[in-house]
Order: sequence, then structure tokens, then C-alpha cells
Amino acid sequence: MDMNLPPVKKQKLVMVGNGMAGVRTLEELLKIAPELYDITVFGAEPHPNYNRILLSPVLAGEQTLEEIVLNPFSWYEENGITLHAGKTVTEVDRVKRIVRATAADGSVVEAAYDRLLMCTGSNPFILPVPGKDLEGVIAYRDIADTNTMIDAASRFKHAVVIGGGLLGLEAANGLMLRGMTVTVVHVMPTLMERQLDSVAGGLLRKSLEERGLNFLMGAQTQEIVGSQDEGKGGRVKSIKFKDGKEVPADLVVMAVGIRPNTALASSMRLHVDKGIVVTDTMQTVTDARIYSVGECAAHRGIAYGLVAPLFEQGKVAANHLAQFGIGRYQGSLTSTKLKVTGIDLFSAGNFMGGENTEEIVMSDPFGGVYKKLVIQEDKLVGACLYGDTVDGSWYFKLLRDGRSIADIRDKLMFGESNIGDVGHEGHSKAASMPDEAEVCGCNGVKKGAICKAIKEKGLFTIEEVRKHTKASASCGSCTGLVEQILMFTAGGDYSATPKTKAMCGCTEHGHEAVRQAIRTPLADGSKLLTIAGVFKHLDWKTPNGCASCRPAINYYLISTWPKEAVDDPQSRFINERSHANIQKDGTYSVIPRMWGGETTSSELRRIADAVDKYKIPTVKVTGGQRIDLLGVKKEDLVSVWKDIGMPSGHAYAKALRTVKTCVGSEWCRMGTQDSTQMGKDLERAMWRMYAPHKVKFAVSGCPRNCAEAGIKDVGIIGVDSGWEMYIAGNGGIKTEVAHFFTKLKTAAEVLEYTGAFCELYRQEGWYLERTVHYVNRVGLDYVKTRILQDHAGRQALWERLQFALDGEPDPWFDFKDAQVDTRQFDALTAKAGVAA
Amino acid sequence: MKTHEWTLICQLTDIPVLGSRRVTRAAGMDVAVFRNSQDQVFALLDRCPHKGGPLSQGIVFGTHVACPLHNWSIGLCDGQASLPDEGCTPKFSVKLEEGAVYLRAAELQSHATDLARPIAGPARRKTVV
Repeated sequence: MDMNLPPVKKQKLVMVGNGMAGVRTLEELLKIAPELYDITVFGAEPHPNYNRILLSPVLAGEQTLEEIVLNPFSWYEENGITLHAGKTVTEVDRVKRIVRATAADGSVVEAAYDRLLMCTGSNPFILPVPGKDLEGVIAYRDIADTNTMIDAASRFKHAVVIGGGLLGLEAANGLMLRGMTVTVVHVMPTLMERQLDSVAGGLLRKSLEERGLNFLMGAQTQEIVGSQDEGKGGRVKSIKFKDGKEVPADLVVMAVGIRPNTALASSMRLHVDKGIVVTDTMQTVTDARIYSVGECAAHRGIAYGLVAPLFEQGKVAANHLAQFGIGRYQGSLTSTKLKVTGIDLFSAGNFMGGENTEEIVMSDPFGGVYKKLVIQEDKLVGACLYGDTVDGSWYFKLLRDGRSIADIRDKLMFGESNIGDVGHEGHSKAASMPDEAEVCGCNGVKKGAICKAIKEKGLFTIEEVRKHTKASASCGSCTGLVEQILMFTAGGDYSATPKTKAMCGCTEHGHEAVRQAIRTPLADGSKLLTIAGVFKHLDWKTPNGCASCRPAINYYLISTWPKEAVDDPQSRFINERSHANIQKDGTYSVIPRMWGGETTSSELRRIADAVDKYKIPTVKVTGGQRIDLLGVKKEDLVSVWKDIGMPSGHAYAKALRTVKTCVGSEWCRMGTQDSTQMGKDLERAMWRMYAPHKVKFAVSGCPRNCAEAGIKDVGIIGVDSGWEMYIAGNGGIKTEVAHFFTKLKTAAEVLEYTGAFCELYRQEGWYLERTVHYVNRVGLDYVKTRILQDHAGRQALWERLQFALDGEPDPWFDFKDAQVDTRQFDALTAKAGVAA
Repeated sequence: MKTHEWTLICQLTDIPVLGSRRVTRAAGMDVAVFRNSQDQVFALLDRCPHKGGPLSQGIVFGTHVACPLHNWSIGLCDGQASLPDEGCTPKFSVKLEEGAVYLRAAELQSHATDLARPIAGPARRKTVV
């Protein structure tokens, strides 16, 4: 065999259009199938791929053209891509599969294709008025337009921008900053009417007027007048309106909208309707060899114009081009932000409201703050914010998730930050933060580091920023801030796909779908009882999952089918595999269980002896009233457990951790109920209970609430006539006060209601979702229906939990039953002298 | 000692499937030996390039291990961190023969012995940071 021959002939991929969506598709493709195609790219502009969104900051003089290039010419070379920049594709022969392009000098280039990617983007809409072709009348779309405006600003005085939408206002702002007198002409009575309601539009206009822009509202352009041939030729001189008014103009910028650029597609006889019509795999409906992504593509009747959905499309197209055949694009929900430095506005969904909707409005025209939330059937359906937009992303998430807001309605307007938010020093406006200010307190990420990563690595979406910087990757409370920074730095937008979020990169299924699949018996009556079975049944993309899906599925299996599914220790995080909490130096901490926080002298003596014997460096009392032994060597764990002789405290697990109690009526002169006994009973009834995340209880003996029951997953507070039950509190990153749930008379009822709520959470919660997030997702009313109203259902849940916990092993002692692989505690040594 | 000499460490079955064992040595940090679902074995220094986490305690999937401390994904074949994280853990030669796992004697003795495990607890108070 001749070794010089390439193993397989590469297929030819041709891309028409060299814009952001298309090049992103190529990047995604090169990542997963770098050797599959010979790639040729045609671009009408003589530039490499640049960030079109940032033309406005370039115009405003805040950035340079060099800074907005995303893929320099060298990138195309390094990846073996043939780039024809400055050559416009004029013809595609779909039968012979050949693309023809023409250069400025008239020369013609041809390229054959096996797969064709149409990324022709969109064209600005030009008003069909007399004088539209005069010198000095331009659209605002590309680098050439931007350069024309920058040049005009240095030579002329008067500019008129037609169009009071997003793009028009950005153009007007830029021209004004470059010294021109700018008039914005808008046919509608308020600015940005597609993104803002009239109040917010009015505030925006006021703020822009204060900066020096002039506005002509409700003005219809009749004619653009030139300097020669009785106004028919030469350079633009003025602009006339239907009402007879005339305004001087040396430059007219038309920004009245864009239309998908489908001329080439039509000439190829591809089906065009509001754009090139594509399927969920981004293939054209007419010709499966041809894909289309970006502003030119119409997916389910919508042509998107924002970055995030287009990148999502690119990912799907790349996936399909790489012959993986997985991944489908299912549409996006979008939101808007204006890139005029110093003006914050945000809108999403049905912010105008209408029939059957209710509105919550907060208006402070002097402070320049306006917020409107539109609610329909207890769900947030639209939001329009002006002046203070830090909660935009939170509202957008509520909108997308479609969860009931009935329980937080009274707090909704004040934003997520008001519900309790720590970790970023209370900052709410990203633009005014200094570079060294901390944005993400969880991961210690400063604003400067985020900006640097966005610029240097070309990041566009919040997910990318999370991946590269870890900012907002943990608790998420700084997501709004990070999105603002992204906005200012890269010009990204807030949009994201509304459909279910996949569990991880190994699958398309979300947590709910996987739980449902595990819950539902198969056609032959059997059940999914193993991780491998779930992977096979749900077509997992990876052979044995990853560190994020395996622990989730393992939990789903053992919680859904107790006593049937077998726990897989290799699919558990280290803490749950070694039954101790790993520390930064690789040693472990040991927290023995002390029922209700009570201990005895003999327990303390054994603990003290173990501390001495195993030279445990730190002994500390935890927030949950237990004793923590830190710095235990892994090889000592088994002996320490044995010497101490107390049950596992499960302080390392997604399980019931502690029941914190106050002294209660046994000793306390204020106490009304025996909270210590109640706490011990709860802990004994529910210890060894694995859950989607850690679970903490507290029992206080009177409303003074010394056990801090208001921030626990279940908090019980004794009152004279019985017990009050609170649920879904959280003392963590966001302090969430538990909701009052119900009032109970007896200790037996406390056990039953608490157990039933825990079992509901165990069955329906998503892995790593705390009770607060679970209840937020399904709504407090739903939980009340299931536990308070459905008496038989509640009893069944409680019985189910008792069945699941009955006979469960203590992992510190019953190694075999608890699936503890004890080999992990011993290190291996080289067998001296035994060689192969 | 001959440079190419292999030393017996354990049997393949001593390592859990999709799991790992750590091997102590005279000097330097432990070596982690991994076994994946295809019964391939790999050996890396038991130290994540990020903050020194013990990789032997991580979850093994495909040909990667997730560090137990901050979930970095480390390639078992080359010790390289998966993008966008950057860093590399020293790797060790490993041989699987007739169900037995061997490491090179010379590497055990002197490869990557300069790297130390991170310090925690009261010991930190004594060291100058």
C-alpha cells in the first residue's frame, strides 16, 4: 500500500458568507471533526470575520476596528481554510454542486461542494424614497458603512438618522460623540417601540435628549434632497418630511430594519419564507446538502438577529455536519439590551401586556428608573426595565422557566438581589465597578479578569464566561453582573434557549426527562435499574457518562427504586465513596452523628482518645451542632470510625445531615415544647436518607427560635398549642427564609409531614437542587396540594420513605451492605524485586 | 537498577472498574493508577495541576478523571487538563501484562519527585505564605 496516499478523500464544505454565525459554526465543526472537510469560505467584505455587534462602540470611538476582529486572516490559514474575502457569490449550481463568486475586478472564482453552508446574513432595509441613492445616504450594517460615518463626521456637521430602533439610536449616539449634530427621525410616537413600552421609551428619549440628540417623532420621510441638479444629484443636503418640514443633512443613515438576505437562496430555488426555511438540524427543507444558519435562516417561522440563538444554531449545524446527527435546534426566546454606554435598558417577552394580563409597575422618572413586569395566570410573561437592569437575567429566567410566581409576587419587583444575595459586595451596576472589584465571590473572580477573558478568548455567552473564568459558575448570584459585563465588553445579548437544559454534554435530555424515564417501567414491564441501562435506553452519547451525569443518575436510580437498584460507588463523588469529607490537602474530616446535638461523656472521651491516637490536627464545632475532626488520613478513616464508635454523621453526603435543636422545655425556662426530643426523633427516623442535595432540619422549642429553624430545609418551631412547620429555607449563598407551611398538633404529625415533604423532594428534585430551588421550581402551592390537601398521598409518601430507609446500612460499619469498597483505604506499594 | 525495569504493582482486578488506586513510593508524591471501563490502565502523579487535588479520588469516565477538589477534567493518557482549563500532571509509564500492572522502577524512584502535596490546617500557620 502506498503510504503517501491520504486515507480517505476529504469532503468539500463551502460556506457562503463570512460572518459571525457562519464562522462560529466552522469553529464548532473544527472542534469536533477537524479532519472531515476541505473548507472554503466566501465573504463579500474584504475583511476576516469581525464582531458586527461592536460596530457601534467603534463608531462611538470606544473601540478600534482591529479590536473587533474575531478571527484574523491567520486563523483561516492555521485551520487550512481557503478564504475568498471580497468575493460575492453570484450563483450556485445545485445540480453540479458548484459555487461561483465574482471579485471587485470582475474575475470569477469557482468552488465545488459536497455540503454547502448558507450564512448570507441580512441586508439593511432602504426606504424607497426619492434621493435614496445620493452620496452621503447610507445604511448601517458593516465596516464600510462605519468608516463612511467616521469620515463624514470629520468633514460635515449635520446628520440625520432615520429609525429610532436599537441600531438607529446606537448610530446616532456614535455620530454625536464624534461631534455631529444629530437628529433622529422616527415614524412611531415612541422610541424602540418593539422593545420598550411608551413610559420606558419616554425615559430613554429624555435621557438621550439630555446628552444632546434631537428627535422628530411621528415624522414620515418624503424626500432626500441633493446639492446638485435641482436636488436630484450630488451629495445629500437636506431631508423633507410629509408635513412640509425640512432638516439640513450632510449625512443620512437609514436604520429602519433589516431583511434576511435571501436573494441568492431564491435564485437557487431554495424555499424562502421570512428567510431560508430550515429544519431543526439547520438543513434547508429543499436540499439536505445545504445548511443555513444566522440571520438569513428562518427556523419555525422566525429569523433571529441576536448572537446567542445564532450560535446555538451553529452548534447544531456543526454537530450535524460532523455526522454525529444528534442535537436539534428548538428555537429561542430573546431579550434586548441597548449598547449605549451609560443607558441601561432591558426587555423580554410580552412586555406590553394586554388582555388577561396584570402589571406590576415601579416608576421613578426623576431617578430615571422604571420597571414593568407583566404577569399572566401567576406566571411572569414579560419584563421591561429602564435604568436598573441588574435583575434582567433573573426575570428572563423566570420567564423561560415558566414557573409560578404566586409565592414571590410581593417581592418580585425588588429583584433577586433583594431576596438575599451575597458574594459581590452588593454591587449592582457592572459598568461603574473598578477592574479589581470582585464580581464572583464564590470563585474569587474580579471584573478585570472577566473582561480580559472575554476580549482575549472571544467569549459571547454567559456559559462561555462561566467555563473560562468560573465567574457565576457556582451559586449564580452574580449572573446579572456577569451578563452586564459581557454586554459592555463583547456586545453579547441576554437571550438563551428556553427549552429544557441538557443534564450535561453526554445527553440532550434534561433532569426531568431522565427522572421520568427511570420512573416509567419499560414496555416489557421491567425497570431501568442500572446506570448502563439508563445510558442505553436514552442513547447516551458517551460510553460511561461523566462526573456530572453519573452521580445524578445513580441517585435517581436508588431513590426511585429503593431495595432494587444497587448503589454504584464509582459513580459517587469522593465524599460519598469514602464516607468522609475531602479537604484541600487530600486528608478527610470525620463528623460523627450526635442525635439532636446531644452527646455524653463517654462519647467525648472516645473522640478525645481518637484525636490523640491518630494525631488529628483540628477539632471544631460545626454550625449544625456537631463535632468535626479535620485532617484525618484516608488510611486511618476506618480505625477512627471504629474507635469513636458513633454512627456516621453523613456530613459529607447529599443526605440528611443534622437536626439542630435548642434545649427546649426540658431545661429552658422559656421553652414550650420538648424540641430536643422532637429533634432526636426526627433524626433517628430520617438519618441515612439520601436526597438530591444536603438536607438540614432544626427544631426550636419556642418562637424565640434559638435553633434558627427559619433557614433550614425543614424548620419546626414549638408553640403553646403544638408545632409550626416551615419548609425550603436556606442559610447559604442566598439567604432564603423558610415558608410557613402548616401548623401541627402532635410529634407524630411532625414526623409524618416532614417525612412526606422529604420524600416528595427525593422523588421530584433534580440532583444538586436544594429544597429551596425545588420548591421555587414547582411552586409552594403545588407542595401544599401534595402534602396538606392529599391526605392519602401524604401518608403514602411517608410510608414510602420509611420503606426506603428501613434496614439501610451505616456506611461506617456495614461496609458490604453500603457498597463501601474498602480497598480504597489502603495504598499500594511496589513489590520490590518483582519485575516483568 | 536497570532503567527499563518494570516493577509489579498489583493485579488489574485490584483496581475497581472506573476507579483508581494510589501507589506510595520512597520519595515524592503517590502515583495514581486508573482503570477504565475498557480495562485500560493509566498512571499519573496523584496531583491535579490546578490546586494539587488527589486525582486518585476522582470519578473516572471515558479516558478522563474529574479532580475531586474543583472538578477539573484531566486526560488519563497525557495528564493534560481539558480546555478551557490549562495545566498538566506528570504521567508515568504503565504496563498491563497477563492481568498484572507494572510501573517503571526508575520512574517510581525519581520521576516528578519535586512536587509536593498542598498543605492544610494548623501546619499552614507555621509556613510563610
